[in-house]
Amino acid sequence: MFLRGVWLVVRKDLTVEVRSREIAYTTLFFAVSCVLIFAFALVREGRAPDEAAPAVLWVAIAFAGTLALGRTFERERQAETLRALLLAPVDRPAIYAGKLLGMMALLLAAEFVLVPLVALLFQAPLLGHPFWLTGILATGTLGFAAVGTLFAAMLVRARTRDVLLPVLLYPITVPVIIAGVRGTALLLEPELDVALLRFWLALLVTFDVVFVTLALWTFEPLMTD
Amino acid sequence: MPKWFLPAAALCGVMFVASPVVIAGAPYESTMGLVQKIFYFHMPAAVMFLVSAVICGVASARFLFRGDPAQDRLGWAAAELTVLFGIIALVTGPLWARKAWGVWWQWDVRLTSSLMGWMVAVAYLLVRKYGGPGSEKLAAGLALFGMANVPFVYISVNYWRTIHPTTSVVPTLPTSMGGPLWFCFATFLLLLVLLLRLRVRLGEAHARLDALHLALDE
Amino acid sequence: MWCLALALVAAVPAGSVAQDQPAAQDEFVPISELPPQDQLPAAPLLVAAYAFVWVAVFAYLVSIARRLRGVQQEVERLESDLAKGRRT
Repeated sequence: MFLRGVWLVVRKDLTVEVRSREIAYTTLFFAVSCVLIFAFALVREGRAPDEAAPAVLWVAIAFAGTLALGRTFERERQAETLRALLLAPVDRPAIYAGKLLGMMALLLAAEFVLVPLVALLFQAPLLGHPFWLTGILATGTLGFAAVGTLFAAMLVRARTRDVLLPVLLYPITVPVIIAGVRGTALLLEPELDVALLRFWLALLVTFDVVFVTLALWTFEPLMTD
Repeated sequence: MPKWFLPAAALCGVMFVASPVVIAGAPYESTMGLVQKIFYFHMPAAVMFLVSAVICGVASARFLFRGDPAQDRLGWAAAELTVLFGIIALVTGPLWARKAWGVWWQWDVRLTSSLMGWMVAVAYLLVRKYGGPGSEKLAAGLALFGMANVPFVYISVNYWRTIHPTTSVVPTLPTSMGGPLWFCFATFLLLLVLLLRLRVRLGEAHARLDALHLALDE
Repeated sequence: MWCLALALVAAVPAGSVAQDQPAAQDEFVPISELPPQDQLPAAPLLVAAYAFVWVAVFAYLVSIARRLRGVQQEVERLESDLAKGRRT
């Protein structure tokens, strides 16, 4: 029942998105613009500063993620469909989980483009360890999206949702950004420090578990008027 | 206002005014010099910052799951005090560090986690002020997540900083707390309780105002 | 030395102290042994810190007092309005 609810929400979101592709295109374009601005600012005489690539990658993900979160719920608000969604005979946590998975799909798709772009523009061998990179990106994105989806859903009713979302989101997601940037930076070292990499990955997984649990638990009281 | 409030406020005022005199009378520290005296205000403020943050988080959780508006008022009051004591700790700390360590700021674990905690409290106040209707739940959720966040910030910054070789040495020295420090500590604790009571009173007055507006509309 | 110890105790709950020395040295060097050009006058820093604490606390007190007075005046006004409304 729960999984079915999740699946229905994901399918609904993906269907809407596949028809218009609005959020995917705008988010991706915004993320690419971010990376380009950093490239203009940081790359001097064809050389980027060391460790710039992971930072740029994660900043682009965080900024684009904020934009996508805002847009996803703005669409629900304009069409008054969030109320309908909340009235539907589905568990509230299932709605949250569905929204989270939709956001994850969108962000992972954006990262699929971002990673090669950053690797190219900053001459960073990001793709040297694809499995580790996938692990860090997936867990980091999940942590970011888990907090972001909850706050974006709560902010739908607020008047100043556009400014408040980053204000709320960034202080809370600092550990994710630190772990993501540090973990990605390790992949650029000539010799892979597996123990340290495992630590960052474990930290990200713990963060994901704690925050997804907390969000599923608080979604019900938070979204009730 | 409760009966104890005015005498307590008077006592706190006297203690606050007397505190520089008491601190001046404290033994002069030969290695750190004069700047060490910042510590007598810095440490109590930092502890009160933590105490009010915990009060805010607990009150928010209780409000979220029980819906008691009194807890909400307490949470809001505690968030304002978190910002107040946090800014005191975050300003006095660098002033001392500038002299003692030659830098204003270090991305040390305690500094970073304090700054993040302070930012969450500021975000809480921004939500309360500009969030519009329904913002009390949003703010309570933020406080809850902010509390859950602290250990993660702590671990991640701690690990990140210790990867790089640091030359910092923490000398293990015998610790003894002086009288002036406890005096300042008591002053700040009293200040926290009084300000909290005062701020909750403001929240109650607001609630009364809202009830009156409703009554007038009918 | 005990005050230095206190200083380090402060770091535990406080969160605003870093125990970093300049990178070149391995051991803890007390401030008094630093070369004179590295020494900063302490008094302005101390005065600034104390002044900031006082200003912050008083600014907050004034802000609360103003808000409280405003709200209470409003409450009284509304209460008298309500009382009038009942009489007529």
